[in-house]
Amino acid sequence: MRLELRGITKRFGALVANDHIDLVVEPGEIHCLLGENGAGKSTLMNVLYGLYDADEGEILLDDEVQSFEGPGDAMTAGIGMVHQHFMLVPVFSVAENVMLGHESTRGAGVLDLAGARRTVRETADRFGFHVDPDALVGDLPVGVQQRVEIIKALSRDAKVLVFDEPTAVLTPQETDELMAIMRQLRDEGAAIVFITHKLREVRAVADRITVVRHGKVVGEAAPTASDVDLASLMVGRAVELTVHKDAPRYRDNALEVAGLSVANADGQVVVDDISFTVRGGEVLVVAGVQGNGQTELTEALLGLQEDVTGSVRLDGRELVGRSVRQILSAGVGFVPEDRSTDGLVGEFSIAENLILDRTDGPPFVRAGSLQLARRDEFAQEKVDEFDVRTQGIDLPVGRLSGGNQQKVVLARELSRDLRLLVAAQPTRGVDVGSIEFIHQRIVATRDEGLPVIVVSTELDEAVALGDRIMVLYRGKVVGIVPASTPRDVLGLMMAGIAPEAEGEAA
Amino acid sequence: MSAPVSQPAPAPAQEAGARTIDKVSWKTPIALGSVLVLYVALLALAPHEGSARFALSTSRDFFQIPVYVVPAMSTAWLGAGVGLLLTVAVVLTVRARRRVPLWWISVYAVFLLVGFLAWAAAGSPRDLSVVGLLSGAVVLAVPIVYGSLSGVIGERSGVINIAIEAQLLAGAFSAAVVASLTGSPWAGLLAAMVAGMLVALVLGLFAITYRVVQIIVGVVLNVLVIGLTSFFYSQVLVPNTELLNSTTRFPRLPIPFLDRIPVVGPVLFNQTILVYLMFVVVLAVWFALYRTRWGLRVRAVGEHPKAADTVGINVLATRYRAVLIAGAIAGMGGAFYTVVSINQFGREMTAGAGFIALAAMIFGKWDPIKAALAGLLFGFATNLQNVLSVVGSPVPSQFMLMLPYVVTLFAVAGLVGRSQPPAANGQAYVKE
Repeated sequence: MRLELRGITKRFGALVANDHIDLVVEPGEIHCLLGENGAGKSTLMNVLYGLYDADEGEILLDDEVQSFEGPGDAMTAGIGMVHQHFMLVPVFSVAENVMLGHESTRGAGVLDLAGARRTVRETADRFGFHVDPDALVGDLPVGVQQRVEIIKALSRDAKVLVFDEPTAVLTPQETDELMAIMRQLRDEGAAIVFITHKLREVRAVADRITVVRHGKVVGEAAPTASDVDLASLMVGRAVELTVHKDAPRYRDNALEVAGLSVANADGQVVVDDISFTVRGGEVLVVAGVQGNGQTELTEALLGLQEDVTGSVRLDGRELVGRSVRQILSAGVGFVPEDRSTDGLVGEFSIAENLILDRTDGPPFVRAGSLQLARRDEFAQEKVDEFDVRTQGIDLPVGRLSGGNQQKVVLARELSRDLRLLVAAQPTRGVDVGSIEFIHQRIVATRDEGLPVIVVSTELDEAVALGDRIMVLYRGKVVGIVPASTPRDVLGLMMAGIAPEAEGEAA
Repeated sequence: MSAPVSQPAPAPAQEAGARTIDKVSWKTPIALGSVLVLYVALLALAPHEGSARFALSTSRDFFQIPVYVVPAMSTAWLGAGVGLLLTVAVVLTVRARRRVPLWWISVYAVFLLVGFLAWAAAGSPRDLSVVGLLSGAVVLAVPIVYGSLSGVIGERSGVINIAIEAQLLAGAFSAAVVASLTGSPWAGLLAAMVAGMLVALVLGLFAITYRVVQIIVGVVLNVLVIGLTSFFYSQVLVPNTELLNSTTRFPRLPIPFLDRIPVVGPVLFNQTILVYLMFVVVLAVWFALYRTRWGLRVRAVGEHPKAADTVGINVLATRYRAVLIAGAIAGMGGAFYTVVSINQFGREMTAGAGFIALAAMIFGKWDPIKAALAGLLFGFATNLQNVLSVVGSPVPSQFMLMLPYVVTLFAVAGLVGRSQPPAANGQAYVKE
């Protein structure tokens, strides 16, 4: 089925998320929609899927104009979507998730579960993988959950398939397998839209590439185009894709973690007996697929986790068992992975957020009252220093773009007297321009002689920023390797295969 | 795709084996222990000599079981002994990080209960009727069970229903008026269902359409219905009692043959139609929730409304339907008060049953059958105080009146394991 979008425009208030976008996807083609976070890719796909109403423009399938009232209509018309955040009910079985919304029944509304199981098995067999139709979706690994999403779309005879940032949660190996599935679907004649901001994947799988920036189509490219060309098209200017840093100059200070374990509220051990050392002047990147204990590890370092055993020594002082307040005073700077919920108070102004952690004494608080003039002076200074693009320090921080919000968090943390910086996913949802800036500041912090821990799920960032890379899998350390380690080895490590074991397997 | 590498995460998953540690929860031993301490203190401080008489049969049974006469204090202390053994066993089990079997707790409860009954009935010339205790429990559980089903359906669809009390009360009021006017309890039952649905409609309007905080809507509805029914009761019903507030009640409907089985017969098979309907509705709701398209969709919008939306399910309409059906069921429970229990409406006559129904829903972990069992337990606690005041128990009646609420607290705080409400419970769905 041939998909055509003509002049799609979608506004949210004053913001034009999609500005007269034209796009044609032929059957038997993988069409890549490349753009930065916030470029309007997901909005466009939500319009296509009937979740949003377009303000202007039309959607054509095989040259017939469609009008979708909701996702139900889009699905009936043959559009299927694999959502970035899976649209699966975790407490339902695979079969129940696949049948939901178009249940076959044995009369009187009684569910035909046997039929749904069959559908799951048949579709899975077509692609040579196995999914247990009775497994609860919440118990499955994310890679398998994604396959359930694919089966769900295919069980409705989707002819146009949209993959919205499908690789964000996958290991490199799983990504390769997903691409094989996409190619097979293409060869069977489906029209595929692949949304991503990862250049490597685009070149691996795309037949055609359309680049979107600020809600507009800014150009088409062939899969043979170079990374630098694609990136500059995506960002609108020449960009630096590598991080410039000198060889590390180690100092004597260090963070020593020994036998650290963390259990969550259910008693699951999510960080399992981790030991490592980060020396002053070094960046250790904690890599791994999302959800393998990185969050809990960084939170344990800051004293945010409840059930922690083991030892964390910063310059010889034990941190485990101390309160968050004490750990902050010990000189730990923390950039949380979700800045909007853990890093900032969205309704508070930029100035208020910048002094959020220093309200228990001078210079910003005297005799119990805030020193507003002192605060604003400080905030203005930091906004200038960290290049936060804003109309004023009184603006609610929630109104800033992701990149500028992250700069506010970084400014607050780096303006204290630090002995350690922990940055979790510092560039997630951040535009390329801000990424460069944030990377520079992290490298500068390292060069000042601090130990730095960066959590990243992006292999590119891990390799670019790290001096050493520690890969976590299911809460355990798979290995700590130099950043020069080949990518395929790192990829296998992210799937839990240690570098030594890999030699035996081959 | 057949190469071994193509199997993703699951393969290493098994060899890595995510380690878990069991977190020790001392909730159950603490709960059992403190009840035991209270019980022993009661026995020690207020010994009550004599013998207790337990009657297990009624005159209609196929055969008669003789009245059991037991020495009161020995029986009571035997209960304490068994309770102590089980508490110790539970402490050891918890310390060894193993699961406590539910039947241990049941045995503990039965022994303490029998001991307590023996103590309370000691020296009384009247038999303590076990049948009366149980069949009364079933009757008193009726509004709680219907109410908890209303809660289960509503919350499974993602709408918190604090207004069960209001639905019961509105049902009781409407059933009283309509049944009095028409002379038919059936018409009263129907009116109660409509009244329950009306309350549900208001709840839905504010909670689903206008996205008001659902707990607040529920609380306000309770107050509103209490106010309205009290007003109309004193202004309209009291002056016209004959016309508007004296109903014909549902008669007992003994099921032939079955009703003459000792103990079970009078408890389960000599009840009114509303009790039989209750068992049918519990099973029907269970089947509908887990085996039908309707139930799958209701649970989907309660767990992950966005996912339901993306497969073309109308989230708001599904929630409205669920809440309205729930309201009708709660209304049936309300009818119990005025066309089964007594023949007229009284001010605030539901007396918090709606809130106990809410507790039964949580105790039953949002499952219709478990919630109904919890409802029966709370009904039993309510009836216990009635029976004890008949045999002339030494406990002041004010304390006995607290019993159902104490049992509720004990059950919900001490015995409920980790119960997981529907993920989107209480969250209004906003389509972007």
